[in-house]
Amino acid sequence: MKIKLFSYNQLDTFVHHLSGLTKLVCFLLLTTTVMLTYDVRIIIGVMVISFVLFKVSKITFKQVKMMMIYVFIFLITNFILTYIFSPQEGVKIYGTYHEVFTIAGPYVVTQEQMLYQFTKFMKYFSVIPLGIIFILTTNPSEFASSLNHIKVNYKACTAISLTLRYFPDVQRDYHTISLAQQARGLDLSKKEKLMTRLKNILMILVPLIFSTLDRIEMISNAMDLRGFGKHKTRTWYSYRKLGRNDYLAMAFCLAVFIGSLLVAVYINHSKFWNPFI
Amino acid sequence: MRKPIIEFNDFSFQYYSQQEPTLHHINVTLYEGEKVLIVGPSGSGKSTLANCLNGLIPFAYKGEITGSLKIHGKETKDQDIFTLSKMVGTVLQDSDGQFVGLSVGEDIAFSLENDNVPVDQMKQRVKKISQMVDMDNHLMNSPFELSGGQKQRVSLAGVMVDDVGILLFDEPLANLDPATGKTAIELIDEIQKQSNKTIVIIEHRLEDVLHRHVDRILVVNDGRIIMDGTPNEVLASNILVEQGIREPLYVTALKYAQVPIEEKMHPEHIDTIDISGYEPKVQNWFHSVEKPVKQQDEKVILDIQNLSFSYDGVRPILKDVSFQVHEGEMLSIVGRNGAGKSTLSKILVGFEKEDSGHILVDGVDIANKTIKERAEIIGIVMQNPNQMISKTMIYDEIALGLVIRGVEKDEIERRVDHIMKICGLAPFKNWPISALSYGQKKRVTIAAILVLNPKILILDEPTAGQDYHHYSEIMEFLRSLNEQGQTIIMITHDMHLMLEYTPRTVVISDGEKIANDSSAKILTNHEVIEKANLKETSLYHLAHLANIDEADEFVQRFIDYEKEVKAHEN
Amino acid sequence: MKKSLFSTKTIVATGLGAALFMVLFMFVKVPSPVPETNIQLAYGVSAFLGCVFGPIAGGLIAFIGHALNDFIAYGSPWWSWIIASGVAGAIGGLAFFKTDVESGEFSTKDMVVFNVMQIIANLVAWVVVAPVLDIVIYSEPVNLVFTQGAVAFVSNSICACVVGTLLLVVYAKTRTKKGSLTKN
Repeated sequence: MKIKLFSYNQLDTFVHHLSGLTKLVCFLLLTTTVMLTYDVRIIIGVMVISFVLFKVSKITFKQVKMMMIYVFIFLITNFILTYIFSPQEGVKIYGTYHEVFTIAGPYVVTQEQMLYQFTKFMKYFSVIPLGIIFILTTNPSEFASSLNHIKVNYKACTAISLTLRYFPDVQRDYHTISLAQQARGLDLSKKEKLMTRLKNILMILVPLIFSTLDRIEMISNAMDLRGFGKHKTRTWYSYRKLGRNDYLAMAFCLAVFIGSLLVAVYINHSKFWNPFI
Repeated sequence: MRKPIIEFNDFSFQYYSQQEPTLHHINVTLYEGEKVLIVGPSGSGKSTLANCLNGLIPFAYKGEITGSLKIHGKETKDQDIFTLSKMVGTVLQDSDGQFVGLSVGEDIAFSLENDNVPVDQMKQRVKKISQMVDMDNHLMNSPFELSGGQKQRVSLAGVMVDDVGILLFDEPLANLDPATGKTAIELIDEIQKQSNKTIVIIEHRLEDVLHRHVDRILVVNDGRIIMDGTPNEVLASNILVEQGIREPLYVTALKYAQVPIEEKMHPEHIDTIDISGYEPKVQNWFHSVEKPVKQQDEKVILDIQNLSFSYDGVRPILKDVSFQVHEGEMLSIVGRNGAGKSTLSKILVGFEKEDSGHILVDGVDIANKTIKERAEIIGIVMQNPNQMISKTMIYDEIALGLVIRGVEKDEIERRVDHIMKICGLAPFKNWPISALSYGQKKRVTIAAILVLNPKILILDEPTAGQDYHHYSEIMEFLRSLNEQGQTIIMITHDMHLMLEYTPRTVVISDGEKIANDSSAKILTNHEVIEKANLKETSLYHLAHLANIDEADEFVQRFIDYEKEVKAHEN
Repeated sequence: MKKSLFSTKTIVATGLGAALFMVLFMFVKVPSPVPETNIQLAYGVSAFLGCVFGPIAGGLIAFIGHALNDFIAYGSPWWSWIIASGVAGAIGGLAFFKTDVESGEFSTKDMVVFNVMQIIANLVAWVVVAPVLDIVIYSEPVNLVFTQGAVAFVSNSICACVVGTLLLVVYAKTRTKKGSLTKN
C-alpha cells in the first residue's frame, strides 16, 4: 500500500494553468468566506462555484472516491452527535421555535434545528471540492513557493517542501521496518490488548525515528553546503509568473469574499441568516 | 608554474567531543586542475579532512583547529561555510540525502535559490549545467523516478551550478552498482578535462576510481598523510596492504605469482600495466594452485519453482523464476536495481505473496505460512541495521524475537548466550547498542535473526558502504557461520563479495533468471555482465595479458588461493 | 552548546518530523471509545521532537503534519483542530529550554518537566483552543465540542507523555558517551 502524496497530473485545463500562488490565494479566500458565514445561500453559492471548477479541472469521481467516503462518514457522525448533544441549538441561535415533530423527550425536531444542521453540513461539505481541486491541480513544487509569496516565512516554507519531498521515503522506511519487525514475530493486529499494542508499535517507532534522525543530520549538512539560510530571503525555481487569468481569478474570489462580508454586515447584521424573523 | 589551490600547513583538528585530535600536522598542497584521490580505512580521518575543506568543520562539527588551511590563498577559518561552498562543491555519499528538491530542476537550482537569483536566470543556468551531466531531459522528474546514478548526476550538477573551482566527492561509488560506478568515474574525468577543475575524490574502492587517470593518491591513516604519490608509486609500494586498503585485484594476483610490482610497469590500470617477461611466472602460479576437493552434492534445502509476481497485475516483476539452493551453501543473487532481486527476497520471507509458483523448504511447500512462521524457516537481515534495532541493550535486542514468541526465560537466556557466542558478541552482553560500531551493530541484527534458528539466512547488501576492513570483518563472520552449516543467500551488487565469498551466483535481469553458475564464470561472461550492470573483473584481462586462455579458471584459482591465504591469516 | 531555534537542522527536523507525523497519523492509529477521535501516536512523536528541537519545530511539525494529512484524507483541512495540534506541539516544545537530552541527560526532574509541559500544552490545545475555534468558526454545540476536546485531551496527553517519555529515554541513552564500558 502506498499513498501518493498530491497525485498531481498536468492536464490542459484552465485551473491547471493558473499559478500555484493564485490557487492558494483563491482557496484561502473561498474557504475563509465559508468559514466566516452561516448564511446557507452564500455557502451554496460557493459550493456551486466549487463544483463548476471541479468539472472544469476534469477531476473524475474515481480519483476522490475514498476521500468522499471518509468525509461522509465524518459528516454524518457529526450530524448525529450534534443532534444528540444539542437538539435545540438552532432555537438558541435563531431565537424562534417552529416545531415539526417530536421524537422523544427533549428531542423535538424544529425548523430552526434543521436549518442550523443543514447549514453546518453544507459549510463543511462545500469546501471539500475546493481542497480536492487545490491538491490535484497544484504542482507540489509550487506549493511551498506560493506560501512564501503570501509572506509565510521562507524557512517554514522550505520545511513544508522537505515534508513533501521526504514523505515517501519515510513511508517506505515505515513499511520496511514494520515488515522486518513482523518477521521477528511482532503482532500488530487488533487482537492484542491496548498496552501490548502500544508497546509493539513502539518497536517500529524506535528504529523509524532514529533512522530519521540520522537522515536529518545528513540532509542538514547537504543544505548547509549549498548555502541554505545565507540570506533573509530566497527565490524559487518553481515559481510561475502571474498572468491575466491569475489576476482575474483572484479578483473574482476577493469579490466573493468581500461580498459575503457585506451581506453579513448590511443585510444579515450577523453571521447567521435568519429567515424566521 | 602550477598554482596552489589548497594548502594545508601543519594543520591539526580535534573534535570537542573527543580526547585526541583526529588530524595531526597535515602538510600538503593541491594544485589547480589536479585530480587527487584520498584513500584510507574508516576512522582514518579522511572524512574529517573533507569536512575541513568544505567548511562543515567547524560550521556544523565543532572543534579546535591549529595550523593553517588556505583555499585560493585565503585562510578557511576566517570564512563562513557559505563563502567556502562557492569555492568547494561537495557531492555527498548519500544522493538521496543530498537531493532536497522535489524535481531535478529544483534540486540543481537549490544553491541559486538560496542566493536569491531571479527565476529567469536560474532556469537558463540550470539548463546549461544539466546538459553537462546529461540530465537536461529529466528536469521535471521527481527523485523517485531516477536511478542511483542519475541522482548522483543531479547532485553533481547541483554543486557545479555555482561554478566552484574545486569538486569534492565523498565516496561517490558507495551506493552505485559496478557499471554505474564506472560511468560515474568517466563523467568526473570528462568534467575535469573540460573545465580544469580541481578534483578531490575520497573513496576506498581504489581499483574502481583508477578506471580513469588520477594525478596523485594521498594515503591517510590515524589522522596523518602516510604517503603522497602518483598511482604508480603507490601501487609499487606495499603501503596499501599495510594500511588495510584493498589493492586492485590484478595487483594482488601478480603479487601472489611473485611478480614484483614496479613503478615502471605502470600498474595504475590494467590497460597500462606491462607484465612482459613475467608471463611465465603468472602461468606457473596459475598451474600451481591446487584445485580444492569438490564437495559432494548436498541436499536441496530451498527449491524455488516457477515463481512469478507482479505488484499491479500488469507489469511483471518476476517471470517464471526457478532455482535451487543446497544445504550449507553460500549464494549470491545479483542484478541491476529494479531487476526483481529484492522482490524475490520479499516473497521468500512472506512480505509479498507470489502470483504463481512454489517455494519448497526441505521439500515442504511454505505457501500457507505467515510472516511470523516463515521467520523460523527463512530469516532476513535488512541492509541498514539502524532500521532493525528497537532496543537499547544488545541482549534485549537479540532476545526480542524469542520474548515475543513467549519462550521461557531460562530458555531465552540459553539460546541468546549461545548465539552471542557464535556471533562473537559474548563480551558485550551488557552493553548498550549505541556503543557499538556499524559492523558490530550489523552482527547484532544478524544474531537477532539467527536466534530464531532459521534454516536459511537472507542478507540484503550486507556490506554496502563499508570499507575493506569492515567488509572483511562482516564477510569473514558470515563465512564462519556458513562453515558451521548455515545456508546463506546474499542480495548484492558487490563483485568482490560474489567472487570471494559465494561460489555460486544467480543473476536476475528484468524479472528473469538469466544465469545460475559459478561466480568466476559469471564475472567473465560478457553478456551476463552487461545485463546485470556488473563489470568484468580485471583478473580476466590479466589472464589474457599472461596468455592464459582459460580466463574463468584463472579467476576461480585466484579465489581458491586467496581463500587459503585468508584462512592462514586467521 | 548554544540552543538555536532556526538552524538548518531545526528546519530539516521540522520537515522530516512532519513527514513522520503524517506517516504515523495515517498508518498507526488506535480507535478510542469516543467517536471522531483516535489515539494518535503521532502526538508522542511531535512531543519528542519538540523537546529535542524546540517549540517552533514542535509546533510546525504537528501543524504541517496534521494539515497535509487532512488534505490527503478529507480533501480539505479542518483548521480548528490543526491549529490546536500546532499549539500543543509548540507549548509542549517549551520543554526544550528546560532540558538537555541532546547531551545525553534525561533525569527524573527533566522527565517531570517534560510531562508537566505536555499536560499543560494538551490542556490549552484541546480544552481551550480547539473547542473555542469550533464554536467561533463552525458554531458547534458547546457541550459537544467540550466533550470531544476533553477526550482528545486525555488521549493525546497520554500519547505525548508515555510515548514521548519512552522515546526521550531511549534517545538520551543513544547519546551517552563511550568510555565507561568494560567487556564482560
